[in-house]
Amino acid sequence: MALPPVEELKAQIEAGVPGASATVIPNGSPSAQHSLLLDHAHARAVAEFLRNHNEWRLDYCTLVTGVDWPDTETSEKIKVKKLVKAADGTESEQEVDEVRKTKVPGYLEAVYHLFSMEKKHGQVVLRLRTRNRTDDTHVPSLTPVWRGAEFQEREAFDLYGIVFDGHPDLRRILMWDGFKDYPMRKDYVPPADEIPVVETHS
Amino acid sequence: MRDALLDRDVFEPEEGEIMEVSMGPHHPSTHGVFRMDVKLEGERVVRLKPVFGYLHRNHEKIAEHGAYLSAIPYTDRLDYLCSMTNNWGYVLAVEKLAGLQVPERAEYLRVIVAELTRFQNHAGLIGFLLQDMGASGTPLMYAFREREKILDLFESLSGARMMCNYMRFGGLRVDATKEWLDEVRALTGRLPGFVDEFEALLRANEILMARTQGTGVLPRELAINASVTGPMLRASGVNYDVRKVDRYGVYDRFSFKVPLGEHGDVYDRYMMRLLEMRETVKILEQAAKDIPEGPIIDPKVRLRGLRPKAGEAYGRIESPKGELGFFLISDGSGNPYRYRVRPPSMINLTILEDMCLGHNIADVVIILGSVDIVLGEVDR
Repeated sequence: MALPPVEELKAQIEAGVPGASATVIPNGSPSAQHSLLLDHAHARAVAEFLRNHNEWRLDYCTLVTGVDWPDTETSEKIKVKKLVKAADGTESEQEVDEVRKTKVPGYLEAVYHLFSMEKKHGQVVLRLRTRNRTDDTHVPSLTPVWRGAEFQEREAFDLYGIVFDGHPDLRRILMWDGFKDYPMRKDYVPPADEIPVVETHS
Repeated sequence: MRDALLDRDVFEPEEGEIMEVSMGPHHPSTHGVFRMDVKLEGERVVRLKPVFGYLHRNHEKIAEHGAYLSAIPYTDRLDYLCSMTNNWGYVLAVEKLAGLQVPERAEYLRVIVAELTRFQNHAGLIGFLLQDMGASGTPLMYAFREREKILDLFESLSGARMMCNYMRFGGLRVDATKEWLDEVRALTGRLPGFVDEFEALLRANEILMARTQGTGVLPRELAINASVTGPMLRASGVNYDVRKVDRYGVYDRFSFKVPLGEHGDVYDRYMMRLLEMRETVKILEQAAKDIPEGPIIDPKVRLRGLRPKAGEAYGRIESPKGELGFFLISDGSGNPYRYRVRPPSMINLTILEDMCLGHNIADVVIILGSVDIVLGEVDR
């Protein structure tokens, strides 16, 4: 049996895992690989549900990756009524243009691509989002469900700073242990190239 | 076998003491700069942690800073033995993202160069594996003799032996001449003889059997759960080949078999490469016979100024090492917002510890050799 379309998948997940909520994230590209955003509390239960489902058997987690969505600022022009002082000293109420800026907080995202080796179908894309990019960058780890996520979750932790709760061995993997920053984030500033001074004997 | 994931407490020996050995990063058997923190009880491995990242240059960030076109030469340097398949994985993802079509002749040429790549990769791997086991020189030189002929073909086609930079989204960079295709046919005719010779060289060797059979067994369920792909997965008896499952390109037009192992040990993984080389020859024969005339790239494709619609796509191919995938997110601009490689070499290392536990330290070398890693891809 082929996989159902993503809307039906969402409905079946919400029916199969009590309390779980999934949101469809549409994909505008011709690939039409739509994804499902999961809530943290039920993510692991949903993952187990998908892996153990009799007809889907999504036993193969091929790709785990982080994505950085930085804070965005939207500005809009609005008309505000204000007291304006004219040159002769009289005050009058007038409409003035003002720019209002709203800050939309960013987040980090962990993306999981699932296939089935048994049924030879796919793919299902799952997403987990952190609350923000600074002090609450936790998402639940899915390594206990798919062992194949182990190194890739470590990589997302290393390069993006996503903390996978429940990961058995969350350490840096590509950068060295003492490294401080997260190099794949969009606002990462690489250190300036320093040319070491070599003392030569003349 | 113990599950290395659940069993991560400190191991206490019944008697004696645990010795910690750092294998690598400059150990000849690690095929690059790769380190394993091994804990030993006598000669027996009780813990093994792979440590890598020595070649890390943040390939993904470099690609996100450039245009879609400019990432292609960087993909050559991922798995630097198989630049053709790396190119294909990336251009396939871009084609999915932007909805591009590929002319038929280009699809056939892609199959030809990808299968030649698979052949030389497997030949090289077997050569290195036997070298690790002490068959010093001869098998490796046999493999490299054949590999050089394939690299000569790549050079006359693309201008470079290893960093081919040959594919483009929507097609290919240069067309193959009639003479080049004749050379491919001539070489394909000679390859089965080489495989026979290569197999006869060591198939019935007693030392090889004793070293490889029953060593580094990877059970079927664990292989699936740990996202192992490629010949390593099929050695454990899982019938999963992206060429057959996705039927990307024109792979649905060729008849070939997917060899499967039974035991999932080093011997099966070694035999899997030999058998795949035979199937590769079959595909090459059919592709070189059926290749049509025609354009090699859609002239409407904007190579330099490609700006795909906002969205994302995951494209994957069966590279010689396993499933090579590229995940791209576009925000509508001229460079990818997110560019991610699914490196088969790195993910196949996940269960290295599980396979090595309980074996002697000398077996670690051949178990690692049978995984088939290239550090340019592991570290990116």
